[in-house]
Amino acid sequence: MKKNSFELKVGLAEMLKGGVIMDVTDPAQAKIAEDAGAVAVMALERIPADIRADGGVARMSSLNMIKEIQETVSIPVMAKVRIGHILEAKILEALEVDFIDESEVLTPADNQHHIYKNDFKVPFVCGARNLGEALRRINEGAAMMRTKGEAGSGNIVEAVTHMKSITGTITELGNYNEDQLKQYSEQVHVPFELVSQVAKDQALPVPNFSAGGIATPADAALMMHLGAQSVFVGSGIFKSSDPKNRAKAVVEATTYFDDPKKLVEISMDLKEAMEGIEISQIPEEELLQNRGW
Amino acid sequence: MNIGVLSLQGAFLKHMHLLKTIGVNPVNVRYSDDLSNLHGLIIPGGESTVLSKLIMKQSLYEPLEKYISKYPVYGTCAGLILLSKTIENNKLVRSFEKLDISIKRNAWGRQINSFISNLKIKEFDKTFKGIFIRAPKINKVSLNVDILSSINNSPVMVRQGNLLGTTFHPELSNDIRIHKYFLSMVESC
Repeated sequence: MKKNSFELKVGLAEMLKGGVIMDVTDPAQAKIAEDAGAVAVMALERIPADIRADGGVARMSSLNMIKEIQETVSIPVMAKVRIGHILEAKILEALEVDFIDESEVLTPADNQHHIYKNDFKVPFVCGARNLGEALRRINEGAAMMRTKGEAGSGNIVEAVTHMKSITGTITELGNYNEDQLKQYSEQVHVPFELVSQVAKDQALPVPNFSAGGIATPADAALMMHLGAQSVFVGSGIFKSSDPKNRAKAVVEATTYFDDPKKLVEISMDLKEAMEGIEISQIPEEELLQNRGW
Repeated sequence: MNIGVLSLQGAFLKHMHLLKTIGVNPVNVRYSDDLSNLHGLIIPGGESTVLSKLIMKQSLYEPLEKYISKYPVYGTCAGLILLSKTIENNKLVRSFEKLDISIKRNAWGRQINSFISNLKIKEFDKTFKGIFIRAPKINKVSLNVDILSSINNSPVMVRQGNLLGTTFHPELSNDIRIHKYFLSMVESC
């Protein structure tokens, strides 16, 4: 029996497709998320909107809290580690979380290196703003990518920009000759073989999800329309005025993203969404997406 | 030939891709109308809680139940859970109670215990690479259920009449033999 294989890591990501992964901060929220049809939960102490408001250093969450959530729900439980924090990752692996998010939402532990994820049995998801960044993470062993967007902003514009950048560059690579592909691979610091595989397949070798700013069922549907294979909703659910119904609506909108009539039915009678922030109002040094490279 | 793939959540595109490679026309099933003109149906892996909630919310339970009573259906992992007569320790998933087995969700452990095992399958000459992702375990099997493959006496592939189930994911291992086997069930139905 083989237990440490990239296929198994990507296999779980495949099972999460077409679903919604929700940020939760305690077992009660985790239960609401599971009952609403979340495909997995992301256990973290503070949702991104609060991390943004509170400032200070954001670290891996309380292990007791993560364990309580694992005992409460039957769906996969994910948790975040700081960029480059190998030991936080080893601890979460020992706790048997199902997926680790090496996340820009937490304060980076290493300004130069991300975790070498191939050394782990547990699968990793990482954020990216463009194809080069995505390929660097995949080369390190990430089994799932997500757009970074701008976490905790309630503003979808950055997630859209990042998704279009990734898919647009993949299309461009399709027209490159071998020399141009080599040049691109040197420019973004990833092996030529990986770049040429993506150019040929016209897709990333791992599932590509979307995160960072999704606040409404229409936002989730938009990201699916733009090529996301699942969505992460962080602050968007538990910062809204009716988390339970909003969570259900986002789940349905992810499945029926291409059916506007259904989206009307799904979105009708929802109470207020979270408040959003105009990206230009966030000082450059406070943008979470600029963490990592 | 038209084979439907329940496309609410999970690995439905992988199944559709495999079906295409064996010359079948795969059909997305998300509405009850999609069930007409199908020769068979695949319920893919994903999260059984999510599939069950969407099935209930979208009023798909009754049409699917009727379909499953009449036509060949193949369930992988979460799909097999939905076909099972009994789901152990469960309040979240409503199954169709058609395949006479008792099954337990995530019974091999969390993701870190997901595994790959080369399986001996009845009627197949060579072993099959079984990919098990947070897989369920079949704990009881009624006498009218055929066990087609097992790991240490624990069944991982079963058949009862028109219904086929695996606790692993052939759609992830790029091996068409189980889909072809299901196709032969559809053809002889």
